[in-house]
Amino acid sequence: MLRLEPRSAPSNLMVYLSPLLAMILMLVVGMIVFTILGQPPFKAFHAFFIEPINDWYGFGELLIKASPLALIALGLAVGFRANVWNIGAEGQLTMGAIAAGGVTLWLQDSTSAWILLPLMFIAGAIGGMLWASIPAFLRTRFNTSEILVSLMLVYVANLILSWLIHGPWRDPDGYGFPQSKMFEANALLPILIEGTRVHAGVLLTLVALVLAAVFFRWSLTAFQMRVAGLAPKAALYAGFKQRKTVWFGLLAGGAAAGLAGTAEIAGPIGQLLMPISPGYGFAAIIVAFVGRLHPVGIALASLLMALLYLGGESAQMQLGLPAAVSGVFQGMLLFFLLATDVLIQFRVRWISKTSTEAAS
Amino acid sequence: MDTNTLILMLVATVAAAIPLIFAALGELVVEKSGVLNLGVEGMMIVGALFAFIVAAETGQLWLATLVGALAGATMALIFGFITLSLMANQVATGLALTIFGVGLSAFIGQGYTSVALDGIKNLDIPVLSSLPVVGKLLFSYNILVYLAFAAFIAVTWFLYKTRAGLILRAVGESPSSAHALGYRVIRIRYLAVLFGGAMAGLAGAYLSLAYTPLWAEGMTAGRGWIALALVVFATWRPGRVLIGALLFGGVTIAQFHVQGLGVEIPSQFLSMLPYLATIIVLVLISRDAGVIRLNAPASLGQPWHNELH
Repeated sequence: MLRLEPRSAPSNLMVYLSPLLAMILMLVVGMIVFTILGQPPFKAFHAFFIEPINDWYGFGELLIKASPLALIALGLAVGFRANVWNIGAEGQLTMGAIAAGGVTLWLQDSTSAWILLPLMFIAGAIGGMLWASIPAFLRTRFNTSEILVSLMLVYVANLILSWLIHGPWRDPDGYGFPQSKMFEANALLPILIEGTRVHAGVLLTLVALVLAAVFFRWSLTAFQMRVAGLAPKAALYAGFKQRKTVWFGLLAGGAAAGLAGTAEIAGPIGQLLMPISPGYGFAAIIVAFVGRLHPVGIALASLLMALLYLGGESAQMQLGLPAAVSGVFQGMLLFFLLATDVLIQFRVRWISKTSTEAAS
Repeated sequence: MDTNTLILMLVATVAAAIPLIFAALGELVVEKSGVLNLGVEGMMIVGALFAFIVAAETGQLWLATLVGALAGATMALIFGFITLSLMANQVATGLALTIFGVGLSAFIGQGYTSVALDGIKNLDIPVLSSLPVVGKLLFSYNILVYLAFAAFIAVTWFLYKTRAGLILRAVGESPSSAHALGYRVIRIRYLAVLFGGAMAGLAGAYLSLAYTPLWAEGMTAGRGWIALALVVFATWRPGRVLIGALLFGGVTIAQFHVQGLGVEIPSQFLSMLPYLATIIVLVLISRDAGVIRLNAPASLGQPWHNELH
């Protein structure tokens, strides 16, 4: 029979191997599922993973989907490293987009892009941070679970957006559709690569990746938060402030999500409507874990998750499968990662029946 | 407001509370065993979908309800395997379960969004249901409502009056001591997790078969999360779970009646009420850290493996 035995020291190799293993397992099980659904597995694989990115336009789509995922995951990783569980990034993204959208609708007729776009991003970051500050305040002041509060606020944020685009911010010339006015050119991010939709928001994510790498590597705050996550008691004895950890962890996630929401409405969407994100805030949780809470890993994981989104759309067009198949793959990926992570602390040993009996 | 409206509101309150009662009672048992499963929303929605599919395909509502519970338990089995056998982080695995469940149900349920269903009907108990006031208030529900209250009694009895319940609570307080006494910690936790999944699945089945007999993507609308909050709010006591669930049912129903009173509030703000109420009760209960520390199962959320202890 198979048995798990604790390793004397955690395996460094498995730390890096386990995300790869998880990806392979996801692919294998995915192929099996496709076969069960009556799809030829290799054709399905091609439609899902190759077809979407076999031209420049598709590659561009990969980047603009990976960009918000990586950005949010970086922000969440700051908190996750310290065991601060912000799972409401989806709501923070929405509030960031609302704040940025409000600034746009207010100023876009009177301001140039050079002033408007930075203002939008500042507003977006503040919007996301404000929304994240609610669970941070309640956790530090009243000891309330940030998990449940941040999650509840996702629903509230969506309802606020719904009210705005059905009510005060509805486009009067929009034939009654629940959406805001289209943004003017000065509120839209420039396109970076001709013939694609790759916008300047991707640059923002790249900058954030570098900043996060520097922060995680050299900042004392990041170190203190890491200790708070790995050994809470040690952090306490060392005098690290738990309050600061919670606030910093949540605000980082909120700011990142708010910026990502802003880049969505100033990029591919170009107005306020529902939904702003196809679940980026939740998918980013998976990206953060699969990327091992590390900037390089997060960059790679965001590309993989973006491909799963595109693959779902492509499978819908090519194979007639519901696009929601993306969510199934994304969930499976995280399951397999969590499952294979057992190999970091344990090794699998084959123990024959007789030796088990002898031992007992 | 006349008596009739009031009775109708109370009846609607009970109906809205039922999914929360099922799911929160299930999660209560899971947490009492020391396991924190944040995947209630995912198990509930998968239960709702599979119950609906069976009902739509066969018309067998009993079978459909059973399949809903089984679907929830199957989801819970995935969670149990990853957290109990492979000792993964329970918070992350619970989140994964919800993300997976929401995705899976959207994927499989695509073809069922416009299917009409003859849902579970309210019982028409002869004589009793035609009594004035109490007839409507106590004897006019569908069978799952009574099942929820029966489950409440059963769970309370099990946890506090049986030996097995005592063992379960011991495992949640101190798995190592329970293990030393010869109890199978992992097996007991598996059973608790499976029960929690089945109850979440039942909550889902109630939603898609009785409460609103239809299938819609994301139709659980955060009820799984509210159930999780309820367990904390109830300080891990079944009686308070029941009261809390009815309170939330009331909040859900109140939003429809506020508009009826001619108050000019956009519907979105009324729809926020259950979520805001969840936050408020969580704040009220966790304000006193001692209350939580005293009542929460001591080993809640911590992985345990007999090789490590």
